Amino acid sequence: MTIAAPARQITAAAARADGVWKVYGTGEAQVVALREVSVELQRGRFTAIMGPSGSGKSTLMHCLAGLDSVTRGQVYVGDTQLTGLNDAGLTKLRREKVGFIFQQFNLLPTLTAEENILLPLAIAGRKPDRAWFQTVIDTVGLGDRLSHRPSQLSGGQQQRVACARALVSRPEVIFADEPTGNLDSRSGGEVLNFLRQSVIDHGQTIVMVTHDATAASFADRVIFLADGSVVDSLDDPTAERVLDTIKRIGADH
Amino acid sequence: MLRATLKSLLARKLRLILSGLAVLLGVMFVSGSFVLTDSLGRSFDNMFANSLSGTDVIVTADPAINVSEMEGEPVPGMLTSADLAAVRETTGVAQAIGDVQADGARVIGANGKVVATFGPPRFGGNWTGEVGGRELREGVAPSAANEIVVNAALAKKAGIKVGDQVGVLTTQPKQTFKLVGIFGYEGRLDSRGPVTEVLFTEPVAQKLMLGKEGKFTSISVTTAGGSDPVAVRDALKTKLGKGYVVQTGSEAAAAIASGFKEALDVFNKILLGFAGVALFVGIFLILNTFSIIVAQRTKELALSRALGASRGQMIGSVLVEAVVIGLIASVLGLAAGYGVGALLSQLFASFSEVQLAGVGLPLAAVISAFAVGLIVTIIAAIMPAIRASRVPPVAALQEVATPDRPLTKLTVSGAIITAIGSGLIAFGIAENVWLMFAGVLTAFIGVALLSAFLARPAVSVLGRVFSWSVPGKLGRLNSGRNPRRTAITAAALMVGIALVTGVNTIVTSAEKSLRGSVAEEFHAELIVSGQGSPGLQPTFDGTLLPRMKQVPGVTAVSAEYGDQAMIDGKPGWVSVNTDFPAAVKMFSLSPVAGSLAQPGPDEVIVDDDSGHHLSDVISVQHANGLQKTYTVTGVYKQGEIYGGMVFGSGAIEGMRQQLPSMAFVDLSDNANEAAARKSLEALLVDSPEMLVQNADEYLDAQSAETAQFLLMIQVLLGLAILIAVLGVVNTLALSVLERTRELGLLRAIGLGRMATMRMITVEAMVITVFGAALGLAVGVGLGTAVVRGLADEGLKEVVLPWEQMGIYLVLGAVVGVIAAILPAIRAARTNVLAAISYE
Repeated sequence: MTIAAPARQITAAAARADGVWKVYGTGEAQVVALREVSVELQRGRFTAIMGPSGSGKSTLMHCLAGLDSVTRGQVYVGDTQLTGLNDAGLTKLRREKVGFIFQQFNLLPTLTAEENILLPLAIAGRKPDRAWFQTVIDTVGLGDRLSHRPSQLSGGQQQRVACARALVSRPEVIFADEPTGNLDSRSGGEVLNFLRQSVIDHGQTIVMVTHDATAASFADRVIFLADGSVVDSLDDPTAERVLDTIKRIGADH
Repeated sequence: MLRATLKSLLARKLRLILSGLAVLLGVMFVSGSFVLTDSLGRSFDNMFANSLSGTDVIVTADPAINVSEMEGEPVPGMLTSADLAAVRETTGVAQAIGDVQADGARVIGANGKVVATFGPPRFGGNWTGEVGGRELREGVAPSAANEIVVNAALAKKAGIKVGDQVGVLTTQPKQTFKLVGIFGYEGRLDSRGPVTEVLFTEPVAQKLMLGKEGKFTSISVTTAGGSDPVAVRDALKTKLGKGYVVQTGSEAAAAIASGFKEALDVFNKILLGFAGVALFVGIFLILNTFSIIVAQRTKELALSRALGASRGQMIGSVLVEAVVIGLIASVLGLAAGYGVGALLSQLFASFSEVQLAGVGLPLAAVISAFAVGLIVTIIAAIMPAIRASRVPPVAALQEVATPDRPLTKLTVSGAIITAIGSGLIAFGIAENVWLMFAGVLTAFIGVALLSAFLARPAVSVLGRVFSWSVPGKLGRLNSGRNPRRTAITAAALMVGIALVTGVNTIVTSAEKSLRGSVAEEFHAELIVSGQGSPGLQPTFDGTLLPRMKQVPGVTAVSAEYGDQAMIDGKPGWVSVNTDFPAAVKMFSLSPVAGSLAQPGPDEVIVDDDSGHHLSDVISVQHANGLQKTYTVTGVYKQGEIYGGMVFGSGAIEGMRQQLPSMAFVDLSDNANEAAARKSLEALLVDSPEMLVQNADEYLDAQSAETAQFLLMIQVLLGLAILIAVLGVVNTLALSVLERTRELGLLRAIGLGRMATMRMITVEAMVITVFGAALGLAVGVGLGTAVVRGLADEGLKEVVLPWEQMGIYLVLGAVVGVIAAILPAIRAARTNVLAAISYE
């Protein structure tokens, strides 16, 4: 038996947390947000992270995305180890390997939809791939709204612009934090479909934090967190199975 | 309600500190100038209180020429030995001493240069013993015609010691004396302020300083034991009759000090004027801060309204904030003003050798500090307060930011106010200076209102410069986001820049016009002149003139004598030209009537602007009291640089200094200018104040003086610009705060720290360069208006100070970078996580 080369193992996952602890405060006021969490987010898959409020799901995502530091353990995006990177390193990582979709305030009000979409590339000083850009905006269906400013777009349209912005730089992984939290169910369904479609069509890796079982059902896999630990996971979930799992976890904890 | 107001005040520390700082700086300037003038005023009081110690009554003559400070130096009248005898006969007079004291005794130091005082008088007089606070420190009193004593500070400055041979310039050319003693003053003083004193024996002092023996400038009386000075004063008044001023010692001391205080008062008013500009700019800053605070608190205010607060309470809550800021800033500003005033007093005292009488806090400083601090903040807060009261209660329930209101109303009122301001300026230039100032202020307000309309296109044009990079483009877009805010921030900077540009335009135009006139009309090669005080100019020995004319290459020497005089009862200037026909050629003068030949001793030639005609008889009372009449024999057309009445040689005997103060030297075409200059300088060796210059050098020396004046104005307006920069800092800090989420988003999608800082810096630079450009435009407008208004005074064309304007524009950009430092650091430190979390 040979020891597998670690590099191989690392590249197998788009992002990976390895024995991650996240502790806020010290002594009496100490709060453990993540407790020895190890997850592997597979390349080309759509992973949802679920859990009740305070379960640590957002913290986990922030740590994986390099927005927050971990107390103990290791975090990798692709083959880059995040722990120990300084601000410049993290900025470069976010610029080159990560895409974000937030619940709201995704867009700069001063820029048009197109400028917003191309902003990460502009910041990185990269030339957009026109064909890919066209593909992306076709996918999200924004062709006729590119010159509009965010204030002239509906909430759903704004989130679609945000999706397009995350997709256009073809990041290693896209982190979506409750991307449909502020949308009605129809617009939310549309956004989730684009995300799903980009995984299927373009092999994009997406990690989404949500507390909505329907949203989670669009994912390939759901990871459940409770009290800072991974407590369960589901492959090819349906809304019913997700709800059942949540109920069960609620009973256990 | 009050509690809620104070709480929200505390929650907004940063922006309040910045707007408070603007008020603080203005208040500091105001109270500082009061503290300064107060402590200097008391110092002068002290200085002159002991100058008359031991003198109970003092007698002087009515001034020979009584003019205000604005018109020139008053010329004191003179007393005679007969007056002294009359005083001595008066009952109650124990002792009467005739004093000689006149400006213009210049000591040539060990280095061969005249000891300068930068304005204060250099008295020459008679040694009357250890009276009036004088104390002989070293050596003996002067007893022979060739002996002098000087005050200790002068001896030190000149580098001379007892026993030295010392050259002294007076109304006579240089004479050499033996320094036999050095004196100081009561209280171990080496000097009384910057004033210097050279004391001769009485007849020498009379001859050199007053032109004639047997003359005095004042008589100091000591009353007999038991006599009341007031009674003796009245007795002397009765005895002497008209034409004399009789004062008790304390009255005279107060009168001397009040003369100095008048000058101080003018100085104080100038400082307060600049403080006013700074506060005016401060109003912009506070107005902006309160507007932003109100806009940001829309929800909070609406909630209060929904909970039942009245509109009055809303206005009150904002005004209470303003009052609190105003009070705190006034207290701190007063403290800072006291510090600055004390510091400046010390500096002034050490520079001018005035013994400082201690720094106090005058009531005027306290009152003005609080009045100014409170009034300025309240004025600035009224508009935002009214706006706060208009917030509808439903705004609390809606997720809307305040929509951008249209700028039409603002623009129209701005245009109207600017037009009114311009009208006032145009009218005021000719009629009334204050009206013009009011016009300038009105125009500033108008342009400030208009600037919101200008902001969008200006920002978009300026921003193009920076748009090559993503942070630059984002910065440009940010500065275009809220045109009102950008505009008012830029307008604050505009005020300072406009004023310096305006003054600069006027000065540059005036200088250029003068240079143009000189180039056109002045056809001599060399000018002999010296820099002096306004009353008495440096002179040289008139007997040198024939020898100057004999210098190889010299074809003509036209020397000027001059002094003040009362001409037909009005203060004026009498000059005598030794070779007027030469001057006619040198200055390209053309005759209007009569002859321009050299006027006879009792004749005078006038310019066509004088109001006199051929054969008019002009009566003159000369500075030394001589009364004469002169007949007009010629009228010439006034040139741009040469004008006035040119008297015959008979006028010289009426002057205090019967020596030429200036000479124009014409050289032949093939003359060696350098050699001629050297020979002239050699001839003038005993007049170290005189310089031999060509026209360009002469003008350069004059320009150096105006450059100093400009520099002073720029320094004083620097405070207004500093406050404007605080405004930029404030606006940016608030923008950064408002856009925390956006900054978080930008950082999340990969904008680096440096790039974030660059974005903020560009935003700042767009604002400040816009403000500077606006200032340049308004300043050029103001300057042009004034230059046009003064066209009659010889300002022929408007010349823009391009170089300086370029510097101001660059300064605008630099100031933007500086203003951006703190907000940019703050923006770069934005915690991404905190910024994007929504709960």
